[in-house]
Amino acid sequence: MTTPIYEARDISRSYGSVRALEGANFDVYPGEISALIGDNGAGKSTLVRILSGAEQPNGGQILFNGEPIQLETPTDARSRGIETVFQDLALANHLDPIQNMYLGRELMKPGVMGALGFMQRSAMKNEGKRAFSELGATVRNFSGPVGGMSGGQRQAIAVARAAAWASEVIFLDEPTAALGVVQTKGVMDLIRRIRDKGIAVVLISHSMPHVLDVADRVHVLRHGKRVAVMDAKSTNVEELVGAMTGALDGKEAA
Amino acid sequence: MSLETEDTVKLRETEDSVIRQPFTSRLGDAIKSQAMQIVLVWLAIVVIFSVLSPDAFLSVSNFRNIAISVSILAILGVGTTFIIVTGGIDLSMGSVLVFSGVVASMVMENVGTGQGWGVALLGIIAALASGLAWGLLNGFLVAKAKVPPMIVTLGTFGAALGLSQVLTGGIDLRASPDVLVDTVGFGSLFGVPSLVIIATTVVIIGIILLNHTRFGLRTSAVGSNAEACRRVGINVDRQLIKVYAFAGLLAGLAGVLNLSFFRSTTIAGHSLTNLDVIAGVVIGGTSLFGGIGTVFGTLVGLFIPATLRNGFVILGVEPYWQQVVVGAFLVGAVYVDQTRRAASSRGTTRTSLYSRISHRNRNTNRRES
Repeated sequence: MTTPIYEARDISRSYGSVRALEGANFDVYPGEISALIGDNGAGKSTLVRILSGAEQPNGGQILFNGEPIQLETPTDARSRGIETVFQDLALANHLDPIQNMYLGRELMKPGVMGALGFMQRSAMKNEGKRAFSELGATVRNFSGPVGGMSGGQRQAIAVARAAAWASEVIFLDEPTAALGVVQTKGVMDLIRRIRDKGIAVVLISHSMPHVLDVADRVHVLRHGKRVAVMDAKSTNVEELVGAMTGALDGKEAA
Repeated sequence: MSLETEDTVKLRETEDSVIRQPFTSRLGDAIKSQAMQIVLVWLAIVVIFSVLSPDAFLSVSNFRNIAISVSILAILGVGTTFIIVTGGIDLSMGSVLVFSGVVASMVMENVGTGQGWGVALLGIIAALASGLAWGLLNGFLVAKAKVPPMIVTLGTFGAALGLSQVLTGGIDLRASPDVLVDTVGFGSLFGVPSLVIIATTVVIIGIILLNHTRFGLRTSAVGSNAEACRRVGINVDRQLIKVYAFAGLLAGLAGVLNLSFFRSTTIAGHSLTNLDVIAGVVIGGTSLFGGIGTVFGTLVGLFIPATLRNGFVILGVEPYWQQVVVGAFLVGAVYVDQTRRAASSRGTTRTSLYSRISHRNRNTNRRES
């Protein structure tokens, strides 16, 4: 393949004496779903936090489109089209889906009214509805507070919001952990549609069947390192668990 | 549950259209309608007093009196609504009002004995600047020093009042140019008192600001989920400072009106203003936990105690009863807010015993999905 859209080389990160990442590598390509798996404490969350700008690495290099970059804040990542949905979803419960989608990126009216802080509410509503429906996220109520909606609906809103702004890479941290079977299928479909838009999707998940079902490649982290990259078509749950736990220590792909 | 494939959506459509669609919109309606419920309560109070005392209570001049008595509180209430929507609280606005009046009075006294607009304008600027300064201090301490808002504003409540007394030696100042008293304090336009016109303007600006502007949206968002705001790049600290500064500025404006109306800095007169204003905001449906609130509700929430006080005086009931009734209203309003919050976190709005029973099965479904 060509250059990865987003790449991490030899990333290390310590918290005091705890070494969360020790030379981890990671790469994603446009229009690809990669899964990031690993046991608890393997460094998945730390890696995602670093790649989304929420934390800074102690060492290593981050390359965006082949160019080395520095991410000081999450805003630096977002300005490059890299979005992250953390497990807490980060939705403002009292606001409606449209307000949540445009929070921090409000469309302002042109001219004096915009300078006074007036927003283009109808434009946001129309654009927002279009973005939700384009992804097939069936939001039933655009004007009710999201706090009153179900877990699946809230997850869909959070993922669709990220997808609407992500032009390059989207990280999803355990998007199906709290969902039932039907809702999980819905989120999986949503992930495929995001991939079809040409965006690189990174899925952090504990659920091996879901990972094998939806991902193109699977990156396995163990002890702060990437120990294997598997093609999802040609691997199976046993092999993944083996790589995660260290039972298959021959197959280094990092 | 929004992400099912086409056929599952269809399968669930009937069920959903019965349960989910109404429930989310009902929640939105309930929130919007709390202000309307409060209006109905106020109207009921008006009707009762009108029936009991048609001549004295139900007159234009009496309603003008009620409106005047609410004006200054309403201006404070707008700022306090914004603060409470962020999840904060303000105890200092009464003292800031007094301090602003004191500073304005001293500035006007020192400029000369002029009674014209030039002097008045300097006084107004001094009052607004004083209010803004206290607001900025409150905001800075809340946002940057991370001291809880209740403690910060309890501190500035005492400090602003204490400094007012230091500046004046505890004796009320009465420097207030005639133009200010004649046009603002006791003036009127087409029979509407200036105080009421100014307060109405501030309330309308507050409503527009909270509902139609980015500032208002972010104020609600910060109160709803500050962490979510940080993630999307909103400077939460700056937003909080802006909100407290805005409330301080309004307290400064209220200081000007207070000085014009009473022709005195009323140093001892505002020690309970904060509680009156907060009660009005809460009765008006603004949640003490942040995230939601309406300026219009606050206005009505302030009208209820004022109307009760007025009506009790007219009826010859001991006015102390007003405090008892307002206390009951306050607790009732918070109870309603709590039930609403609990309902929305369960994903349902239960309003009556009947709906609890009849919706039990549906609720069980909903929790599973």
